[in-house]
Amino acid sequence: MKIIVCVKQVPDAKDVKLDPKTNTLSREGVESIMNPFDQHALEEAVRIKEAQGGEVTVITMGPPQAEAVLRDAVACGADNAVLISDRAFAGSDTWATSYTLGRAVKKLGEFDLVLCGKQAIDGDTAQVGPGLATRLGIPFVTCVQKIRETDGNTVIVERMMDDGYDVVKASLPLLLTVVKDINEPRVPSLKGKMKAKKANITMLSAADLEAEATCIGLPGSPTQVVNVFPPEPRGNKEIFTGSVDEQVDKLVAKLTPYL
Amino acid sequence: MDYFLSEEQQMIVDVAAQIADEKIMPVRAELDEKHEFPRAILEEMAQADLFGIPIPEEYGGFGGSTFEITIALEQIGRACIGVGTAFAANFLGAYPIIIGGSEELKQKYLPSIAAGKKYAAFGLTEANAGSDASGIQTTAVLDGDEWVINGTKQWITNGGEADIYTVIAMTDKKKGARGASMFVLEKGDPGFSFGPKEKKMGIRASSTTELIFKDCRIPKDRIIGRQGTGFITVMKTLDSSRPGIAALGVGLAQGALDEAVKYAKQRVQFGKPIISYQAVQHMLADMAIGVESARALLYQCARYIAANPKDMSKASSMCKVYATDVAMKVATDAVQVLGGYGYMSEYPVEKMMRDAKILQIYEGTNQIQRNVIGQELNREYSR
Ligand SMILES: Cc1cc2nc3c(=O)[nH]c(=O)nc-3n(C[C@H](O)[C@H](O)[C@H](O)COP(=O)(O)OP(=O)(O)OC[C@H]3O[C@@H](n4cnc5c(N)ncnc54)[C@H](O)[C@@H]3O)c2cc1C
Repeated sequence: MKIIVCVKQVPDAKDVKLDPKTNTLSREGVESIMNPFDQHALEEAVRIKEAQGGEVTVITMGPPQAEAVLRDAVACGADNAVLISDRAFAGSDTWATSYTLGRAVKKLGEFDLVLCGKQAIDGDTAQVGPGLATRLGIPFVTCVQKIRETDGNTVIVERMMDDGYDVVKASLPLLLTVVKDINEPRVPSLKGKMKAKKANITMLSAADLEAEATCIGLPGSPTQVVNVFPPEPRGNKEIFTGSVDEQVDKLVAKLTPYL
Repeated sequence: MDYFLSEEQQMIVDVAAQIADEKIMPVRAELDEKHEFPRAILEEMAQADLFGIPIPEEYGGFGGSTFEITIALEQIGRACIGVGTAFAANFLGAYPIIIGGSEELKQKYLPSIAAGKKYAAFGLTEANAGSDASGIQTTAVLDGDEWVINGTKQWITNGGEADIYTVIAMTDKKKGARGASMFVLEKGDPGFSFGPKEKKMGIRASSTTELIFKDCRIPKDRIIGRQGTGFITVMKTLDSSRPGIAALGVGLAQGALDEAVKYAKQRVQFGKPIISYQAVQHMLADMAIGVESARALLYQCARYIAANPKDMSKASSMCKVYATDVAMKVATDAVQVLGGYGYMSEYPVEKMMRDAKILQIYEGTNQIQRNVIGQELNREYSR
């Protein structure tokens, strides 16, 4: 199977702080990592490849430094890596990003499956996966927690829902976005790291993609961020202390009157 | 401090550190509590190629030296020396084959150890042969095309879990130290069984059992090297493996220091974080000095041993004694810094203190290591 995995370089959420004045993320001095959901998408792709054969191509759109996440992906089992980078892409919203990724995927040729993380932990929109599928004109299933079967023509997946999961059968080519429950990503291997160091990264610019200037970067981004603010805290909260047993007793005492 | 590792060495550190932080730390307390062998973690380490580090390239490994495996073990030890011991024992089991084994034995066993598909173990100690290895009573007698082995090995790490065992037995009692030979035993060989898993103070994630041989028959060609070379192979094996124990010590000490400093910054008594009190600061400073000096000595000794010098025993013993004494001291002091919380199993330093003790005992007690160093000095100054 030919699998494409879309990954994004994001600031490590452990270190990110909100600038109290502007309410925007302050990224200064924060380490960059592969978006955690994308790590699960990559792991799933590599597992499919290991089980059935095929090829995993990982793509990212970002500044030149985003090459680091592509090398991490190769260390974890990806075969090919593509960096979509151009000043003209700066300021892209999810609309322009999915357009650009769509151009790149089409340029890469035939594929069976596109895997994305459910969302990126910096923007948290969960829009790029579905947007990309729409640009490619293929079906998609979001929030996949398990791929039950793949036979080269169709896949059967479990889509995580609030109250359980749906079982969905869909035909290939197809795009899936995955949640963290789908697998436990591996640690890169030594051989993988050595391969990653030498790996050839394919570079694609706006010109390479023959992208419409009005569809990319800031000009291609209809979204305007008007205001960013922390949500109002929801109601009163109470944190129980003590041993687990004591905390459970306190909780039960609190809830009993409502039964 | 920067030890100017090569790019490849840094990769080894990074991979091992990621496994330590992400895969071992979250489960170490549970493994300890349940005395559970860390199979899933070892599989993860195999997948990340860590088992291949000290195995020669011809047999599917990375061809790394004592130094490369040392820096990997240090990282694993930072999270849990129970897991670290289970991992390290593979190389203790593999070294005799690497050092003295025939080409056939190497081809047969090393690739699966390098891939982490089969685990290895090393059987020297017996009930009456601890520090005094010459007291071994296990025997191997040639009968036609087979060796017949009888005897019991005690406290063997990875016992029952490993598939490949390198074991020493007397092949000619009259010849004393020159009458012992090493053999490769496989789990499943007829007449080879295991005692129950020992209950231990620490390193409970590692399995420790007896190896019991009752008229155990193995093919003639499973002997490692020539007949009578058993003790030489054992000594060379331990010289190469002891820095690994020192590495577990440096790692454990670093892990304990990390916990102690983190706690001291956040624990407030008398209105101030306890790290602001000089008595606590000095304790932490001494711990840090211990960790760094042990690491510096270890790295230097491991690099020296990697060059295969004639006098490697002294270097090997020095780093083992020093780093493991530091580990015991630093772990004990970490418990002191955490006070009563340090004594509770909610915090990791209690386990570290229990675990640290074994480092001063196995692969030759620290008294025996000092004997070795003392005897070497005596010899050097007699020249
Ligand atoms: C958890 C665990 C795992 C182990 N794993 C393995 C393994 O995988 N393979 C294996 O072969 N063995 C293994 N061992 C055995 C270990 O190597 C021995 O316990 C160790 O060598 C010490 O032997 P002993 O326990 O019989 O102590 P003894 O030799 O009885 O020593 C008792 C005390 O006397 C001291 N002493 C003895 N002789 C002298 C002397 N001449 N001078 C000064 N002091 C002396 C010792 O230092 C020690 O303090 C393991 C042991 C344990 C506890």
